Amino acid sequence: MGHGLANSSFKNPVIRWMDQRLPLFTLMHKEYAAYPTPRNFNYFWNFGALAMVVLMVMIVTGIFLSMHYTAHVDYAFDSVERIMRDVNYGWLMRYLHMNGASMFFIVVYIHIFRGLYYGSYKQPRELLWILGVIILFLMMATAFMGYVLPWGQMSFWGATVITNLFSAVPVFGDQIVMWLWGGFSVDNPTLNRFFSLHYLLPFVIIGVVFLHVAALHITGSNNPLGIDPKGPQDTLPFHPYYTIKDTFGLGVFLIFFSLFVFFAPNYLGHPDNYIPADPLVTPAHIVPEWYFLPFYAILRAVPDKLLGVVLMFGSIAVLFILPWLDTSKVRSARFRPIYKIFFWVFVFVCLMLGYCGAKPAEGIYVVLSRLGTVYYFAHFLILLPLLGKLERPLPLPTSISEPVLPRGGGAITAGATAKPMDKA
Amino acid sequence: MADITHPDGQDSEGNGTTRRDFLYLTTAAVGAVGTAAFAWPFIDSMNPAADTLALSSIDVDLSPIAVGQSITVSWRGKPVFVRHRTAGEVQAAEEAPEGDMIDPEPDDARVINPEWLIVVGVCTHLGCIPLGQKPTDQRGEYGGWFCPCHGSHYDTSGRIRKGPAPLNLPVPEYEFLSDTQIRIG
Ligand code: HEM
Ligand code: FES
Repeated sequence: MGHGLANSSFKNPVIRWMDQRLPLFTLMHKEYAAYPTPRNFNYFWNFGALAMVVLMVMIVTGIFLSMHYTAHVDYAFDSVERIMRDVNYGWLMRYLHMNGASMFFIVVYIHIFRGLYYGSYKQPRELLWILGVIILFLMMATAFMGYVLPWGQMSFWGATVITNLFSAVPVFGDQIVMWLWGGFSVDNPTLNRFFSLHYLLPFVIIGVVFLHVAALHITGSNNPLGIDPKGPQDTLPFHPYYTIKDTFGLGVFLIFFSLFVFFAPNYLGHPDNYIPADPLVTPAHIVPEWYFLPFYAILRAVPDKLLGVVLMFGSIAVLFILPWLDTSKVRSARFRPIYKIFFWVFVFVCLMLGYCGAKPAEGIYVVLSRLGTVYYFAHFLILLPLLGKLERPLPLPTSISEPVLPRGGGAITAGATAKPMDKA
Repeated sequence: MADITHPDGQDSEGNGTTRRDFLYLTTAAVGAVGTAAFAWPFIDSMNPAADTLALSSIDVDLSPIAVGQSITVSWRGKPVFVRHRTAGEVQAAEEAPEGDMIDPEPDDARVINPEWLIVVGVCTHLGCIPLGQKPTDQRGEYGGWFCPCHGSHYDTSGRIRKGPAPLNLPVPEYEFLSDTQIRIG
């Protein structure tokens, strides 16, 4: 950190003048254009960029919805109906925002399972992974509070059940719940603070996403082979190779998103939320939004209140220590024949838990939820630590380019010791 | 200066602690107390406000409630169940064995006049309103209330008998103003 001006390689005098004083252009160029990226990404590497786009869509639509929304128990429901009927393009803004939340979770869940499959959480990307889990927690809190804002029956009872989870805390439980509510039940003070926090948290998410990307650009991206790039023959500059790949993926994704927004805007929602909140009547069957269902199934699988709550939060928190639970040094499941099988069993169990979460808590669904819950935790706490020791991985290729370049890119031995990622 | 800082971290008496360590610690302690004092008003501002706390009590006229009937009144934003129990319901509540209860409590500790059961109608699991107030409602295996959210069964004394809820439906503070008039709160 010297005095004077920063170096800039930009030619345009205006850009150069700014860049020398605040090297934003150099930074952007380094991180988003020159950034050396493994050459073998598949389409699963699109989902981080997609998540970023959805976050922007949520913030823009949210800001405009807030211009018409009224956070008061007597007006909230009607103000949302007014957005739908009277505000110009209000319906579009709300349907984008409503379905955008679901898209956000679809994209982020795929992004997370990508990481699980290719071992992206392993050394040296542990902190990057932990920041991702923090983002997941923040997203869940944001989506939960957003769902309360339209003040329908599901809003109200969802808020009641979820805030009551904290009453399971020993000794202070009831005080905590009263503090969350600002009263004796979910009511106007609750709605007001939820709106305030719902507006705030997405910006906190931006902050954590920034750290997430900063950490990524230190370690460099993982790739489908899970081995480190050995030299320039293994990487490509981010621009134009991956900017174009991401743009193509974005196009496909936006078509998918639009199908919901324009043709089935309420498909992912629940009709009871078009009934105004009634604090004296619980709907016969309350279910959370689809993205919370597996966790809801875990909560209901346990007959004990405190333990149910602990396991529900634990099912996400266990992801924090995943980098240390998985003892295998091999990242990608491509070279882990047994892990690969258990990975797909795990995906199946998560889907099954989601299915059970949508069903009433009785009969076979309780049994399946219990089995699923046990398996979910066993996957992380028993299978992964053991597999790393017992499984015999397949031989790893010597470099990323070896299977694709003639004579094998690995032939350039000088590059094998230099890690371009460190320079990036 | 030489009195205050010792390069070897020893004070003039040769102890391992220096005046500087002491200053660091006291500064940190004052800083922590200051931060907590500053944070408290923000945290406490989220607790129920004075006007929310000042919710008045309500009077309920029992005379129109026939034997076997229940009404729901709203108190502090929550439903309160007032049930005029039948002789059979009272008997079932009094004779239920405490041994197989989740939250054992005798019926006479939950009523003033056994004919009238007054409980806060909020499931002690996660806060849903149990069914059982309307004659057509499901009342669960113990004939009291049934919470559809996660399947808690309450008996005719509002005690939890089966399901994930940990506690009995709470009995609010109330008094009989006359034979047919109560005041809740
Ligand atoms: C992480 C990003 C976000 C997520 C996941 C999210 C999620 C949600 C959800 C699920 C709803 C309920 C939709 C419905 O059923 O009607 C909602 C409503 C709402 N959100 Fe967001 N939101 C996000 C960002 C924002 C931001 C940044 C703002 C404001 C600047 C905002 C403002 C609103 C408003 C005013 C409503 C109520 C109107 C409505 O219900 O459509 N949101 N949000
Ligand atoms: S809220 Fe009543 S059983 Fe869960």
